[in-house]
Amino acid sequence: MNWYGIRAIYKFEMARTWRTLMQSIASPVLSTSLYFIVFGAAIGSRMGDIDGVSYGAFIIPGLIMLSLLSESISNASFGIFFPKFSGTIYEVLSAPVSAFEVVAGYVGAAATKSIILGGLILLTARFFVDYDILHPFWMLAFLVLTAVTFSMFGFIIGIWADDFQKLQIIPLMVVTPLTFLGGAFYSINMLPEFWQKVTLFNPVVYLISGFRWAFYGVSDVNVVISLGMTLLFLLLCLTGVWWIFRTGYRIKT
Amino acid sequence: MEPIISARGVGKTYQGGFTALRDVDLDIRRGEIFALLGPNGAGKTTLISIICGIVNPSSGTVLADGHDIIRDYRAARSKIGLVPQELSTDAFESVWATVNFSRGLFGKAPDPEYIEKLLRQLSLWEKRDSRIMALSGGMKRRVMIAKALSHEPKILFLDEPTAGVDVELRQDMWQMVHGLRESGVTIILTTHYIEEAEEMADRVGVINRGRLVLVDDKRTLMQKMGEKELRLQLARPMNALPEALAGLPVELGEDGQQLIYHFDIRSEDTGITEFLRRLNDADIDFRDLHTRESSLEEIFVGLVKGAREESMEEESQP
Repeated sequence: MNWYGIRAIYKFEMARTWRTLMQSIASPVLSTSLYFIVFGAAIGSRMGDIDGVSYGAFIIPGLIMLSLLSESISNASFGIFFPKFSGTIYEVLSAPVSAFEVVAGYVGAAATKSIILGGLILLTARFFVDYDILHPFWMLAFLVLTAVTFSMFGFIIGIWADDFQKLQIIPLMVVTPLTFLGGAFYSINMLPEFWQKVTLFNPVVYLISGFRWAFYGVSDVNVVISLGMTLLFLLLCLTGVWWIFRTGYRIKT
Repeated sequence: MEPIISARGVGKTYQGGFTALRDVDLDIRRGEIFALLGPNGAGKTTLISIICGIVNPSSGTVLADGHDIIRDYRAARSKIGLVPQELSTDAFESVWATVNFSRGLFGKAPDPEYIEKLLRQLSLWEKRDSRIMALSGGMKRRVMIAKALSHEPKILFLDEPTAGVDVELRQDMWQMVHGLRESGVTIILTTHYIEEAEEMADRVGVINRGRLVLVDDKRTLMQKMGEKELRLQLARPMNALPEALAGLPVELGEDGQQLIYHFDIRSEDTGITEFLRRLNDADIDFRDLHTRESSLEEIFVGLVKGAREESMEEESQP
């Protein structure tokens, strides 16, 4: 195992985060704070509890997931896309690092950033609403699992994208709508029955539901199913990454 | 001695059907400077990219220091450093950070003393905290070399190392390359500047249309392929070549002041004695004489032209 190689990629990516602190950390924290002010404090104060949880507290897991998904994808996709774009990928390709080590470096750094961000949003939320964490271990487990899975998904997008537009298209056109419609701001039980069934095809529902369960012990779907779906998506991403390195898709000619 | 790089039957056909390399066999000796020459699109960069692991070969095998570049890629790649043709750098990183990144990537433990020594050798020490984007083109090229040498490789590939580099830096690089060779590093360089190969290389390989046309010792190549000419500065200018010299490979210089006699240095009888005897018989005096050998560039152009004509002939045959 080339530990120094993994560390080099990880350190390089983390250094990029510190260089772009405003963009990587401050900006998502600010925009999430605005959500808390608008939906939690202003609108939320006029809304009733959902499943026995105040609306301001109810949206915390969904808002963290919203940032976690978009930032994991964006960090990991940009992390691998930029070396391809600038040509510096030659160095990674010619180095004695395995596919696993490359992914561990890039995905590890992207997931770390997202987890830090999730923690900061959680701390920020404390300024606006009161909340409890009933199952801290599972909260952390869902946080880490989701960050790793979507960082890996972002890595695949970064490999697939051959221009900046493609880099943005899946996060903006697919992931953000799925997150908004995945129960970030409401319980899917509030939807008409037909749409409740349709919503179950949205994978983000399982992530948010499981994460919310870790906070308040309430969920839209069974937590075991949530965990299973998260692991399934992780497996799909792992398969995608394995196939990319096996075939050299868009990284090797 | 076992070659440090041994390529056998290496071929590359891209997805679009373009064949960039055809059945290349090549051995690079330990500690030598090997120049790979060829026109644009000849396959030089593809060959280097295959050896370094950037491009997958369609056929053939390559051993680097005895390690298969695919089956035993870790050991093979750790022996190789690459300075690519393009100035691809992490613009926002500092020189120090990017060179240390390269060392780590190649699996080496941090060694600040070695990196300091390297940066000093390449006159980059004063710029260690500068962002790469703030450096000149020449300095960026040095950074690329520092990155390639950061993990102390045994084999260094320099793909067009002096393209777009000023004369002073080019001289510095030549010196550096010689210094590296003295320290035991094997250097393979591709270049468009034939004088660079002539100046630096021990052996030369010529690649054209994906085929390795020849590989030879530079001096032997220049002797074998080179044509020599004997130039006589005449005491009295001439209007036409005298009858006495008819049948000899001789021509009159444009100004009528010189006689140019062409001969093949490989030939046992160069005919110089006969030429001088006839001059004497015809009472033609000369003030000075000197010989001139074909440059590597002239040999290279001849080879590439010859290979192109051969390939056109092959294609035109039914």
